[in-house]
Amino acid sequence: MNGPHDMGGFTGFGPVLHEDDEPVWHDGWEPRAFALVLAMGMTGSWNIDEARHARERLPAMQYWHSSYYEMRHSAMILQLIELGLVNAMEEEQGHMAVPAKPVKRVAKADMIPAILASGGPASRPSNRPQGFAIGTKVRVRTFNPSGHTRLPRYARGKAGEIVAVHGTHVFPDSNAHGSGEDPQWLYSVRFTAQDLWGKDTNDAVCIDLWESYLEATA
Amino acid sequence: MMIAKTEADNMPHDGHHHDHDHEGSELSPLALRVKALESLLVEKGYVDPKALDVLIDTYETKIGPRNGARVVAKAWTDPGFADWLKRDATAAIASLGYTGRQGEHMVALFNTPETHNMVVCTLCSCYPWPVLGLPPVWYKSMPYRSRAVIEPREVLKEFDVSVPDAREVRVWDSTAEIRYLVIPERPAGTEGWSEEQLAGIVTRNAMIGTGIVTA
Repeated sequence: MNGPHDMGGFTGFGPVLHEDDEPVWHDGWEPRAFALVLAMGMTGSWNIDEARHARERLPAMQYWHSSYYEMRHSAMILQLIELGLVNAMEEEQGHMAVPAKPVKRVAKADMIPAILASGGPASRPSNRPQGFAIGTKVRVRTFNPSGHTRLPRYARGKAGEIVAVHGTHVFPDSNAHGSGEDPQWLYSVRFTAQDLWGKDTNDAVCIDLWESYLEATA
Repeated sequence: MMIAKTEADNMPHDGHHHDHDHEGSELSPLALRVKALESLLVEKGYVDPKALDVLIDTYETKIGPRNGARVVAKAWTDPGFADWLKRDATAAIASLGYTGRQGEHMVALFNTPETHNMVVCTLCSCYPWPVLGLPPVWYKSMPYRSRAVIEPREVLKEFDVSVPDAREVRVWDSTAEIRYLVIPERPAGTEGWSEEQLAGIVTRNAMIGTGIVTA
């Protein structure tokens, strides 16, 4: 979807404000909100692509006005309500009104180190042939899906060159919609600033793109 | 642009649809909302409150940019390790004990006299947690996510980083599950330094590509 999250190439958000010796949190609720998002993710109620898509589906003005942890919190509430894990009245009041739905796993404190240390690799075996090799010139397809995609708008239709091959990875456009992992070849593609932005510099942007986003240029 | 801590976030922290008063409470509407959700999710048995404490402690005290600095210092002092990082950063970094969530597929980007690497996630805020911890506010901010790809040199100037015109600024947009760690150039004047001394001068921003390491 062409959502508010697809920020690359916008101007108008002002300078990058950064601080020296930044603390991990800026307000007491932030660590709680952060930990809740992680712990709920560990229940296995959604995958990472579904979680990202929930954030993208927040209303654009809400997305742009929210701080990061606020945005994560709002998106998780959207998911909790959509999945029936929580209802809107419960969320408003902070008390259980209907029984809990079963979840795949509840992460206990002693399980956390192992869960974090193993993570969730996205590489998957696949029988698909590798379409492109390093050095291949490609063009990004132009499409505007209504659902989730990890193809930024600013790269659509642009010509680039394969600079790395990462094996076959879960395809988010499918996995975000309950359509399976459908692993595809994943590449790093280098685009010159000239091709992306019409800029006469030596600079470039590399983007990680799945095979179905790309076609070889004749 | 450098700013004071209290103004760190150029976006409002607070909620957007709570206009009722909470007399006697010092918590903001958003803080109350987060607190209420925590109570609810604990009551429903979906989350263990002690697990929340462990998660918070992990990213406050155990996982942070000191991990990445150790990786960089080792790459500077051990050519075999640097070569391993280039071939298989995930395995090389795992050999130092840094693995897992948001670092499952690592790539190390070596800065050279020809190339300055810089990392962004324009679509969300992907960041290599096991080596750098949680991302700073600016990395997740709309200005950085929007501008890093279209005007990286202007963004770098706001970090007081100036890259010679002849040197390519190569921006890596983390759109997949590959996570990038920039290996900055080792500064002159650090010959003979120990790994520990070197790790002490490696900054988080240098490992994102918005900083340069100086001795």
